[in-house]
Amino acid sequence: MSATTEPVPGRPARVRGPAQDVAGLGIGRAFGFVAPALLLIGAFLVFPALWTIYIGITNYRLTGVEAVSPSIVGLSNYTRALNDALFHNALWLTLLFVLGSAIIGQNFLGFALAWTMRRARPVVRRTVEALVLLAWILPSTVVAYLWIAFFDRDTGTLNSILGTQGTAWLIEYPMACLIIFNTWRGTAFSMMLYSSALQAVPPSQLESARMVGASGWQTLRDVVFPHIRGHVLTNTLLISLWTANDFSPFLLTKGGPNHESETVPVYIYNVALQGGELGYSSAISFLLLIANLLVALLYLRLLRRRS
Amino acid sequence: MTPAYVVRRIGFYVLICAITLFFAIPMLWIASAPFDSSPGLGVRWPDWTLDNVRKTLSHPYALHSMVNSLIICVTTAAAVTAFAALASYALSRVRLPGRDALLYGLLLLSSVVTGTAAMVPIFVMMFQLGLIDSRFGVALVMTGGLLPAAIFILKDFVDAVPKSYEESARVFGASTGQILRDVVLPVARPGLATIMVWAFVNSWGNFLVPFLLIRSIELQPGAVLLQTFTDEGGSANLTVIPVFSLLFSIPVVVLYLLVNSRYGFRFHGGIKS
Repeated sequence: MSATTEPVPGRPARVRGPAQDVAGLGIGRAFGFVAPALLLIGAFLVFPALWTIYIGITNYRLTGVEAVSPSIVGLSNYTRALNDALFHNALWLTLLFVLGSAIIGQNFLGFALAWTMRRARPVVRRTVEALVLLAWILPSTVVAYLWIAFFDRDTGTLNSILGTQGTAWLIEYPMACLIIFNTWRGTAFSMMLYSSALQAVPPSQLESARMVGASGWQTLRDVVFPHIRGHVLTNTLLISLWTANDFSPFLLTKGGPNHESETVPVYIYNVALQGGELGYSSAISFLLLIANLLVALLYLRLLRRRS
Repeated sequence: MTPAYVVRRIGFYVLICAITLFFAIPMLWIASAPFDSSPGLGVRWPDWTLDNVRKTLSHPYALHSMVNSLIICVTTAAAVTAFAALASYALSRVRLPGRDALLYGLLLLSSVVTGTAAMVPIFVMMFQLGLIDSRFGVALVMTGGLLPAAIFILKDFVDAVPKSYEESARVFGASTGQILRDVVLPVARPGLATIMVWAFVNSWGNFLVPFLLIRSIELQPGAVLLQTFTDEGGSANLTVIPVFSLLFSIPVVVLYLLVNSRYGFRFHGGIKS
């Protein structure tokens, strides 16, 4: 209700926030509207996140004595993580996974697609974009089978193309396979983001770059990049966060063979549900939460500065 | 046309072809294997048959799991849409104390507390609540996970709806309930439809939550059951897997096309959680 319209009888005129509450909801009912959502978020998102901290300082287990009466063990789960070779392995693999598939793979392929599709014929553009989007929206279990079939040792498509029958790609090169898989899976997001970012580059500047005879690479570096720098940063942060938390490596390799593709999410699952060590896996989950929080804070800071 | 230009054009088309093939080739399997008389993991021109489809439909758990998926996802999509709609409307129109901090917190939550980071406490919590093996429990967890992003996307949408509609209705003496039902709801319908489809598609493909929380095979949704199809010998059941994969993908693609054609593709930062 705006300050100039007559207050409807029976409702208090609003003092704060001019022209805000146009339907006359009122603070009380507004709280009622927000409450159910906040309750669900509180119970199934905030509480678990906070509870990780508590479980992480206990020796809680899935089975056995500690399942019934866990005791507080202080920071020993964290000191254990410091010396756990398998955790270090998981961290390293996650870093490789993020660097290879998100920061390099999705970023560059997404940008290349956005840049080339700009001038492609509409038929080509629509076909390519549809394929890239399809890779993004198919359910992850289905996608996992597509790639298991693609990499299969005996009749897999990759071996048929390369003529390398008998190469078990998922066993011999598990991390390379996961990186290719995740590049394929997630490029759509970067492509769409860069497509919309490139529209902000003034055509006149591209035109003058062409007039002075700048090469394609010079145009990209000196004309295009300054306009989309902010988008590159925020996109990279976002896809890195998602990739680091991605559980689909589990669907392709289950972390194997011999922990060679056990990224942090898969490691958490294997420690918690296979090994039954809920306390220790909670400590690792908490470290992942902190990492996510730092990346997300940085992301929001950049976003705010840009707008 | 200089030779350099021709070379560049050729290079350009080779690049586009290579990228297209990279995205298309892994998908060929799901197009050919379901209809092949002896389906394998390889891609070849199928020896057409619908035998696999019949066998899949008569698989004891296949259709069952689709129903389970449907129950979980409809519940999740309805709950996410209803609660996000109420919350986003109130947050958009009423200056609640602490609103900005709340919105900032929601934005953080939507990306920080991921399924993988919270899987242990969620499993322990649902275990202690006795909600293991409950489709309702799975829907609750998914709803909680999707709500922050949903509220954000919908709030953007409501912010863009002109307040003058509600103001004029108010001037003509409509009550708050009438305004919400007869003015806001119809105007917000595209946004609500988008959010509903978004929530449905996200929960349809979600593997981790039901994988953690559902133990018995009769209650498993398709995303989890698909992982467990094996034949008598214990190896992957290639009669059922390709057909089921195809059937399981159809709803997602159809819904996506529907939203895309009716409302145009809307680009949201957090569309995928």
